Amino acid sequence: MDMLAGKVKMTQQSVNTAMNPADALERPIRLTARDVTVHYGAKQALHGISIDIPDRAVTSFIGPSGCGKSTFLRCINRMNDTIEGARVGGTIKLDGEDIYDPSLDVVELRARIGMVFQKPNPFPKSIYENVAYGPKIHGLARSKTDMDEIVVSSLRKAGLFEEVKDRLNEPGTGLSGGQQQRLCIARAIAVGPEVILMDEPCSALDPIATAIIEELIDELRENYTIVIVTHSMQQAARVSQRTAFFHLGNLIEEGVTEDIFTNPVNKQTQDYIMGRIG
Amino acid sequence: MNSLVIAGLLLVLLGLAYQSGWSRSRGLSTANGVKVHSRPQYHGSYVAIWTLVPALIIIALWAWLGDGITHNFIVSQIPVETVQSLDQVGLNATIARIRSLATGYGVAGEILPYEQTAGDALRSFQFITFLIVVVAAAVAGIVALLYARGRITARLRARNAVERVINIALLACSAVAILTTVGIVASLVSEAYKFFTFIHPLDFFFGTVWNPSFSSTGGAAHGQYGLLPLLVGTLMITLIAMLVAVPVGLMAAIYLSQYAHHSFRAVAKPIIEILAGIPTIVFGFFALVTVGPFLRDFGSLVGLDIKATSALTAGIVMGIMIIPFVSSLSDDILNQVPRTLRDGAYGLGATKSETIRNVLLPAALPGIVGAFLLAVSRAVGETMIVVLAAGNSPVLRGNPFEPVATITVSIVNQLTGDSDFAGPQSLVAFALGLTLFVITLCLNVFALYIVRRFREQYE
Amino acid sequence: MTDMLSTGQQASIDRTRLIRAGLRKRHLSENIFKGLGLAAIILALGFVALLFVDIVRKGVPAFTQSNLHLAITYDPAILKIDPPPVRAAGQSDADFQAANLKWQRDLAMLNWNKVIEASLRAAAPAGLEIDAKALLSIAETDARHVVREMFVANPSLLGQTVEVELLASANAVNWIRGNIDRSLGDAQQQLSASARTLIDEFVANGTITNGFAWSIFTNVDSRSAPASAGLLGAFVGTLWMMLIVIVLAVPIGVASAIYLEEFAPKSRITDFIEVNINNLAAVPSIVFGLLGAAAFINYMHLPISAPIVGGLVLTLMTLPTIIIATRGALLGVSPALRQAALGMGASKTQMVFHHVLPVTFPSILTATILGVAHALGETAPLLLIGMKAFVAAVPATPLDQATALPVQIYLWQGNENRNFFEPRTAAAIMVLLLVMICLNGVAIYLRSRLEKRA
Repeated sequence: MDMLAGKVKMTQQSVNTAMNPADALERPIRLTARDVTVHYGAKQALHGISIDIPDRAVTSFIGPSGCGKSTFLRCINRMNDTIEGARVGGTIKLDGEDIYDPSLDVVELRARIGMVFQKPNPFPKSIYENVAYGPKIHGLARSKTDMDEIVVSSLRKAGLFEEVKDRLNEPGTGLSGGQQQRLCIARAIAVGPEVILMDEPCSALDPIATAIIEELIDELRENYTIVIVTHSMQQAARVSQRTAFFHLGNLIEEGVTEDIFTNPVNKQTQDYIMGRIG
Repeated sequence: MNSLVIAGLLLVLLGLAYQSGWSRSRGLSTANGVKVHSRPQYHGSYVAIWTLVPALIIIALWAWLGDGITHNFIVSQIPVETVQSLDQVGLNATIARIRSLATGYGVAGEILPYEQTAGDALRSFQFITFLIVVVAAAVAGIVALLYARGRITARLRARNAVERVINIALLACSAVAILTTVGIVASLVSEAYKFFTFIHPLDFFFGTVWNPSFSSTGGAAHGQYGLLPLLVGTLMITLIAMLVAVPVGLMAAIYLSQYAHHSFRAVAKPIIEILAGIPTIVFGFFALVTVGPFLRDFGSLVGLDIKATSALTAGIVMGIMIIPFVSSLSDDILNQVPRTLRDGAYGLGATKSETIRNVLLPAALPGIVGAFLLAVSRAVGETMIVVLAAGNSPVLRGNPFEPVATITVSIVNQLTGDSDFAGPQSLVAFALGLTLFVITLCLNVFALYIVRRFREQYE
Repeated sequence: MTDMLSTGQQASIDRTRLIRAGLRKRHLSENIFKGLGLAAIILALGFVALLFVDIVRKGVPAFTQSNLHLAITYDPAILKIDPPPVRAAGQSDADFQAANLKWQRDLAMLNWNKVIEASLRAAAPAGLEIDAKALLSIAETDARHVVREMFVANPSLLGQTVEVELLASANAVNWIRGNIDRSLGDAQQQLSASARTLIDEFVANGTITNGFAWSIFTNVDSRSAPASAGLLGAFVGTLWMMLIVIVLAVPIGVASAIYLEEFAPKSRITDFIEVNINNLAAVPSIVFGLLGAAAFINYMHLPISAPIVGGLVLTLMTLPTIIIATRGALLGVSPALRQAALGMGASKTQMVFHHVLPVTFPSILTATILGVAHALGETAPLLLIGMKAFVAAVPATPLDQATALPVQIYLWQGNENRNFFEPRTAAAIMVLLLVMICLNGVAIYLRSRLEKRA
């Protein structure tokens, strides 16, 4: 499990061959979205998105900026609720349960579907408290020892423990950008989510830190369903098993990553991949 | 009358100069079609400035020296033996009588012959000197006008010269703010220093009894000027005010910025901010006639002896006054916390209140503390509410239900405006003012520093 | 692999159970927190409402005054006075003036109260036992001046009877309105029993009627005749001060903001000036009063209690506000506009005065009006420069003695005749607030107008 330190320069092939792309198709479906629309005030941001997301695989959303990929990602754990004037239509189901059902508790939902953001956003607290925050509010740790265990194992899973084990009480904001982002991943993992949403998690990082995070994503795939939004096609190709292409608020094409990149069905997808859009 | 004549003279000179510069410049450009560096209005302004400055210098010189010259003239008109027989006060009185005679209003009592002649002489002297000043100013202005006009050529950089003058004028204006601070510090320190020649600073800063005697004739019996009762009163009222304003203001800011629908916010926020625009005297009246009696009745209902004018009354009303101050500052600060932090907490499944309490407030804490300190400084310096509603009882005690006095109240009581600045009775106001100034300055500097650091952190 | 999966699933189910267990409590605390926030808002809004309702409820009655309709007889038996001097042929101006003044002095020496007393007795129902003092306590003490001035204006009134409207006294008003507890015993009442009976009689038969209290707006302050006390002097005093503030604070404030924002090199000194201005904005107003007392009155010997000193003090107090607001407005002007102007070959001064200033004009204007409105309500510094002196005149120049609206409020709230002056103070507050609301309204209107145009 402690695999990351030092293995920075992992090649594209080594990541991609970690799992046969076809496997992803055979995985059970975790999330299903049907006809999802989003309006911001009078402006429609998403037009009827329908997609299935498989369990324990990485699905990436690509597309030019402003295409709605992030908006859709934020629908999945109802982060759009926090934006005034945003309305979401259609259905999204997690294990067959409608997440927009009024009786469903959004707090509980977000504990099951964690999220990592574009810009590393550690709380202005210590590293330990950052990771412990989720378990604390959800009451997941019965004792201090429990909590220590959760924090250490989450940091380990995020590949950060060895780097920070001596300074767990120092502020999380003092870490480097890449470390901060891994701290945020550890923070998300600590709650024990089933799905992790990542909104362009590497866009604010340098190439080395990006490589580490990508490798981490590949590791996490074993235990979590991961949906990642990225503006980099290379990244999508490196880390994901399935890829969905968004354009102007529509889902244009979706399928096994290799197929999308080598043999797209849709002309727009082809144009994007050839660098003609965006 | 005189000032009107001078203002008129200056206006005429100004118009003349501008016109002359302007037309000369026009003449340049139309006559030989050369490229003139500056536009005519700059040449006009250029000549006008040249004209105005010497005229103003002469008038200013007269305003500065004229009084002394007139004084000497009057003394020279009084017979020498009379001057020698009079002491300073008597001489001044005589001079005042002569001045009054010269204005033509007449004086009380019998007019001595030499007074009458001196008065007449003074009248003609004043008239002549005034004429001389006016003529001198006009001549200086016109000479300068002609000189400046002569300098106007196509290549004269009149615009640059005018802009330099504008620049200097602007600089002078911004110096006013500095001068105000210097004036405040200088007047407080110098008058407070005079006070400390009567009362030892240790007796002032650490004295526990405030009992100034108002019989300034009593020589050594100045009374006692212990600051502590006032300081305790000030702090007690400030504390009560903050106990009211901080929870209400902060919670209101949180609700408005995090929970309220934007249409509710658009209505409620300005209404709360009305409180900030209401004059403090109005709050004082409200405290005196409504809140005070209410608290007293409420106290007797629950068996507490609350006075109608007390630290509690003044503190509560002052707290109400500060609510919008706390809430709008906190609102600003909360809005500066980056959205990504909030998203991070929501993404973990935190509820809104958990996000606010555990993430937003800790992140905003330095800024909010700064805002509170600014509010404290405002409460410490607040005057009218306390003057009306705190009961003015400068006794050292810790019961908020009793009347108290504060630093500001005592300043108002000691400096009634018609007092001379000779005794400690009125000078103590400046020592109190200095104390108040230092306290609020420290609070402000510290608070502004914290807030600035906080802003930089998230920029 | 399968082992790991199943333990993973088990852990996930455990976690969900734990999370669900805590949800109720967490939502409860969420609601409590939200409720506290709402309560704070309601409390704050409630304070605003309470303040306004309280002031209006107290102040509105003071806008009506009780008028006493009397038939005044200029009885020659009481008014033993020669006819007014007539200008004889060849009499000099000064002599005639002197004679006329003597006649008026003689008039003032007459007992005009007798006239008032007689007409009050005539109006009272026959058979009512009432002494002269009690009778006179019904009319305000300035009644004799009113009646005398009418005679000075028209000496032919001697021997005639005219209908006159006089003010009822403050104590009478207290009794009529119930400002004083009507059930109190004689000892605690300001008016004698017979006077109280007569007042009730007068109200019943229409001798005393209510009308709008124009006196508040047309009269100056008065201590001897409280019912006639008005705000005119204070209002004019305030106007003078506002004028001085506008004439001085606005140009100086805008000019220094322009210098600091546009011309000043960014250096330690400008940093210092900036810190200095920010601190000056937070200096308690009473400290400015101390500055005024020490610098303007004690050092420069400007007249005490005068609007000019008040205006200067308020100017210094308002300057930082105007500077900060103007700098903010200047900062908001887009660099594109500046570059466009400079690119056209305009000098920096031209850029500022021709392009930047006009754009920021609405914000500067609004900030200025708000700053002036704030200064308008300031009381404490004025007390220190002697503006709390009793002044019963309209200041003709800024060098005359005067009070200001907020100071008048301070003076009235301290008047011994609490029952009468409490409503009147509230009325004065209403006038002050109305002026401030108007100023703010003008600011908002101008801003929206000018912004639309720009």
